[in-house]
Amino acid sequence: MKSENNEKTLLQGLARSDKKAVETIYKENFNMIQSLIINNNGSADDAKDIFQEAMIVLYEKARSGTFELNCQIKTYIYSVCRRLWLKRLQQLNRYSPEVADIATTIPVEEEIEEHEKRNVEFEMMDKAIDSLGEPCRSLLEAYYLQKKSMQEIAVGFGYTNADNAKTQKYKCLMRLKKVFFSHYKNGNQ
Amino acid sequence: MDDFQILDAVERYIRGEMSPDERLHFENLRKTSPDVDQMVVEHTLFLQQMNRFAEWKKFRSTLHDTHINLSEQGKIDSAKLKGKAKVVYLWKRYKRVAAIAAIIAGVTTLSISALVNYLTPKADNAKVQELSRDIPNLKQQQSSQVDEMNNLKNEVNNIKNKINQQSIPFKAGGTGFLIDGKGYLVTNAHIVHTSRHIAVTNNKGDQFRAVLVKEFLDKDIAILKIDDDKFKPLSSIPYGISKVESDVAEPIFTLGYPRNDIVYSEGYLSAKTGFNGDTLSCQLGIAANRGNSGGPVFNHEGEVIGILSTKETEAEGVAFAIQSKYIYTAVSELKKDDTAYQNLRLPVKSSVRGMDTKQQVKKIEDYVFFVKGD
Repeated sequence: MKSENNEKTLLQGLARSDKKAVETIYKENFNMIQSLIINNNGSADDAKDIFQEAMIVLYEKARSGTFELNCQIKTYIYSVCRRLWLKRLQQLNRYSPEVADIATTIPVEEEIEEHEKRNVEFEMMDKAIDSLGEPCRSLLEAYYLQKKSMQEIAVGFGYTNADNAKTQKYKCLMRLKKVFFSHYKNGNQ
Repeated sequence: MDDFQILDAVERYIRGEMSPDERLHFENLRKTSPDVDQMVVEHTLFLQQMNRFAEWKKFRSTLHDTHINLSEQGKIDSAKLKGKAKVVYLWKRYKRVAAIAAIIAGVTTLSISALVNYLTPKADNAKVQELSRDIPNLKQQQSSQVDEMNNLKNEVNNIKNKINQQSIPFKAGGTGFLIDGKGYLVTNAHIVHTSRHIAVTNNKGDQFRAVLVKEFLDKDIAILKIDDDKFKPLSSIPYGISKVESDVAEPIFTLGYPRNDIVYSEGYLSAKTGFNGDTLSCQLGIAANRGNSGGPVFNHEGEVIGILSTKETEAEGVAFAIQSKYIYTAVSELKKDDTAYQNLRLPVKSSVRGMDTKQQVKKIEDYVFFVKGD
């Protein structure tokens, strides 16, 4: 019962991206995944990649609110990693017929599909923002990602007043929307 | 107002930076102008997307930092492969190359030794004479070898007979069990292999028509689906299907239909391999009868560890079961071949774990069916 509560607390922490919770889950599960990947044709870098993807899947799940983990965090992470790695192997044509199991797994196909969709969207957003160049990129990041006020931004970027910064930001935003939606269309074709 | 001003207003509105008066005014504007209203909705969505993107980016960098921190503190195995891990990794990577090299080396060695043999001068006369004295001796040895070989032949024939006898008694009918509440059952392929019509009966005596979805003759596994309007899908299956091998001496039990009523019998796992060391199956010490084949073998936690398939005809109380992990293999093969079965989900967790056997059986028996084929 105690361990169940512990896991619940960990998940709640993870949903807030609380450093300590992230660290605990990381510490308790990474080695298992590293040996899974290395024993099945992968490198340590692959292990890090796959494990972090699985952490993001768990994070998204934990934040969704409706999520109730009906197995141990360990089992969940293992299942996601195993599935992701099989997919990766297939993509690389480094096909290994059967990943040797070292623990039990649960079906996670739906979550992984969702996760991949999200990843594609976010990566497109990332690319779109990158392609704007400076100062647009920093300006938008400061306002939308770091949530700074226009006043702070004007001072930080050296605009004479907040209104000028706002005009500039408006232009950048329009460009971002345009680039993003054209990427979006190309990406979906 | 131009677009810029509207957007600015929208943003301040969403962020809650408007004064009450301004807010009231803006809300009126929203009501009267559908364009502005649309813009608010659209921009809210965009901002939400941006917010999630921001959090996603932040979480990624948290993960990155955590990884570096933990490996610096030595709390996780460091990114550089050391010692055994490195060896394992290299071995996994290059084992195919190593195998090919070994084969080439082997072939070369053999052909060289054959050549050497061929080219060496034959033995001289003195040695031949010596050998001839030994001939009576050799003859005796030979005749005893011939006897032994005959014995072996007989044994082989015996075993062949045994194998032939084995699956015949089970042909008439058997047992099957649900692996998905939508009506998917698993049973032995040899039960339904030649059948054109299949029917299954539950422990209450209700009979349903079923169709063969796919059979795996090499594994002796068949997947059936109940195809009958009378059948109502069952919500959840009380037992899970184990993916791991069980331990020798583990107590087990089975439910099956050696006669028209469901019959319980119990025993233990006696070996991890089956008849003549077959790794597909495992050996059980259990009293099994005709009709038990295809039945589920449970461990004390109520997990399916195998499918009862054959028994040794010459020894009482020895039976063999196909290991449960091959159910997973069969189902994934099925999914690969036919996309119509993507929604087939095997039960992983056993909900009867921790109950005593009597209660477990009570929960499980509704999911075990009598399988008949014509």
